[in-house]
Amino acid sequence: MPARFIVHVGQKTTDTLAAVGEFAQFAFRTFFSLGPSWFRWRNIRLIVPQMYDVGTKSVPVVGVVGAFIGMVLAVEGYTQFKALGQENRMGSVINVSVIKQIGPVLAAVMLAGRVGGALTAELGTMNVTEQIDAMRVIGADPFRVLVIPRFLACVLLTPLLTIFSDFLGVVGGWLICVKNLGIPNDPYWRYSAMGVDNWQIFEGITKSIFFGGAIGLIGCYKGFTCGAGASGVGRACTESFVSSFMAIIILNFFFAQVSKDWYIAIYGVISMFAG
Amino acid sequence: MLPPIVEFRDVAKRFGNLVVLDGINLSIQRGQSIVIIGASGSGKSVMLKHVVGLLKPERGQILFDGQRIDTLPERHLMPIRQRCGFLFQMGALFDSLTVGENIAFPLAEHARMSPSQIRLTVAHRLLMVGLPGIENQMPAELSGGQRKRVALARAIALEPEVILYDEPTTGLDPVRADVINELIVKFQRELRTTSIVVTHDMASAFKVADRIVMLHEGKLIIDGSPQEIRDSPNPIVHHFVVGEADEKELAVLKG
Repeated sequence: MPARFIVHVGQKTTDTLAAVGEFAQFAFRTFFSLGPSWFRWRNIRLIVPQMYDVGTKSVPVVGVVGAFIGMVLAVEGYTQFKALGQENRMGSVINVSVIKQIGPVLAAVMLAGRVGGALTAELGTMNVTEQIDAMRVIGADPFRVLVIPRFLACVLLTPLLTIFSDFLGVVGGWLICVKNLGIPNDPYWRYSAMGVDNWQIFEGITKSIFFGGAIGLIGCYKGFTCGAGASGVGRACTESFVSSFMAIIILNFFFAQVSKDWYIAIYGVISMFAG
Repeated sequence: MLPPIVEFRDVAKRFGNLVVLDGINLSIQRGQSIVIIGASGSGKSVMLKHVVGLLKPERGQILFDGQRIDTLPERHLMPIRQRCGFLFQMGALFDSLTVGENIAFPLAEHARMSPSQIRLTVAHRLLMVGLPGIENQMPAELSGGQRKRVALARAIALEPEVILYDEPTTGLDPVRADVINELIVKFQRELRTTSIVVTHDMASAFKVADRIVMLHEGKLIIDGSPQEIRDSPNPIVHHFVVGEADEKELAVLKG
């Protein structure tokens, strides 16, 4: 029935807009609570255990992902570069890809799954067992105690984990190219230095800050607003990962667009294959 | 003359199409022990959560000590909430904190106490609920009755004026349930608190109440002393008090 379909579409649209509005309110409230007054010892000490959970425990998985990405790029790209006689330039392509795009994005996606899901599960369980309500009744602001430490831990540590992932990606690419495929070491690094500049490093790290912020905010929001019972928490965890993943991909596109425009405006068009 | 400590004025609340509270008028005096009874899902807990601003009504007013609270933003509710203790149905202990840290939480938030003073106060509160020495245990290590008592110790940490109990004896065996009842009576006597208890456990209601009201289909259908409730000719009240299914419910069971 056309009328029912229209009603359904309309309802879905209004539900989606309402959800976006609710998330915007949640994000605004988080930033509003994060004033200079938040930075007192009783609040700062809440970040430390979160930094351990977000950062220290994520090091192995992020490191493994970074290393294998570099290695896969080397393995897959070698044949084509060899056919063109340009295998010495592989370092440039691998390292630019790792540092500018694949490293930050894949590290963030791994964190979205590991950290984002854990945040949602923990806060969702607290939500359905009324622990968040208990905190409000005691007179403690759940945003100050629960959301901000987790958000800050994600914002502060995602860039550091990205740097670590990038480093292992570079090492992984070098291991395959130089040690396995026999590309000479000196031209490998010379072309890498030509291809990777400060701007790309800056871009990769800057967008990882925003990826971390998105993971923290979405993970906490989904936990605070999950449905009742175990199924509600489970569904929220899935939605948290999917929403974080989409946010990372969309943010990445906008960063790429803006960064390209600014780079061309400042430096003009520079090819990594020049010289 | 002091105003009632808690007042509901024509309060209505709905969730979607479901009307839960439909014009509730109730005044609770200081020092009173009032029990709100009603069938499961009748809206008793919803009513309780309005007192501390966890829920806002669609219509009407909630007043705490003469001040309207239903329109207050969250940060302005904190002084009101510091005057209340709330015992949630499942305890709602923070499961990543120890028992001692749970009870210390409100003290660390609001009371200007040194760490040693907080430790002493925590120990005293645990003694009051009959669980001395368990500060270092985690909530997951406790039985249901112990969790409720620790939650009660946390609720009274700041010596509140009003203590709200949401189904305090649900899930407990009769002996442990009576321990909770005794604690409710003890706190009302020793701390001179106002107690607002939500329950469908009539034994508990008759033990702790000065006054009993019954919530049915969104309205308060009776308001009286425990004896008046026992003697009420209202068939809905009578069936609930004696624990008898009525004709309609029995007809459904017989198919």
